Amino acid sequence: MVAAAEIVREAGEGHLLLAFRAGDEEAFEALFWRYQREVYGWILRIVRDCGVAEDLTIETFFRIHRAHARFEPERGFGPWARRIATHAALDWLRRQRPEQGMPDEFFASVPGRGEADPLVTTEIRREVDSALGRLPPKLRVAAVLAVIEERPHKEIADALGVTVAAVKLRVFRAMRKLRSELEQKGITP
Amino acid sequence: MKATGNREQGTEGLAALLRAAVPPVSEDTQPKRDLWPQMQARLHEDGGNAARLKAVPWFDWALAGGVALVAVAFPAVVPVLLYYL
Repeated sequence: MVAAAEIVREAGEGHLLLAFRAGDEEAFEALFWRYQREVYGWILRIVRDCGVAEDLTIETFFRIHRAHARFEPERGFGPWARRIATHAALDWLRRQRPEQGMPDEFFASVPGRGEADPLVTTEIRREVDSALGRLPPKLRVAAVLAVIEERPHKEIADALGVTVAAVKLRVFRAMRKLRSELEQKGITP
Repeated sequence: MKATGNREQGTEGLAALLRAAVPPVSEDTQPKRDLWPQMQARLHEDGGNAARLKAVPWFDWALAGGVALVAVAFPAVVPVLLYYL
């Protein structure tokens, strides 16, 4: 770990990326330490479960390690890692039961940017969570990242490996479905 | 609210409700535990699997190669081979 930490301090990003592409284990370790927080945060935004996000961070870096020879340094490590992380998170979401929303402990355990609105009752929160959970994973990811997390469409498109137009369409379809589901429950935004 | 250009007409109310019900994740969030030991274990396990693949004796690979060659050169033999498997 000490050697890797020295590499982080002394080597520029370009050198590190080239070494990683060549299969250098210390460069991989250095990149792990440099990017694990960013990858974890990105996955947490999608899966909304701290424990799952930690496991998927390891899965993401495992996939990164295996795919090192296909890495293109000129495209940057962050966007490449985000794309692999997004696919790992999507794989996990697809394995969940469709009706499964976010875990009950989510609101207490995930560090949020702001306080939850006190005017939104627990019942409404649960209905919104449940409606989000019933969305197909591709629509759910697009909606959560674009609407709740307010990430730029371009960044989401790069992470999903689709066009910006496709992201906008997914968000539109997700919002239409959510509106319809919530209205059926008597919730009119 | 950040200006991300993500707002579509007519969805403002629903977007506001979603954000109020599901607060965005904090920018400075980080894993609660050290992930590196588990990462190392995963890589080690994968290395072990690769080593087991490499540990297959050379004559097994030669035999598999020979069978593949025969199957390519004489496709009519394939059903016979399958019958005896």
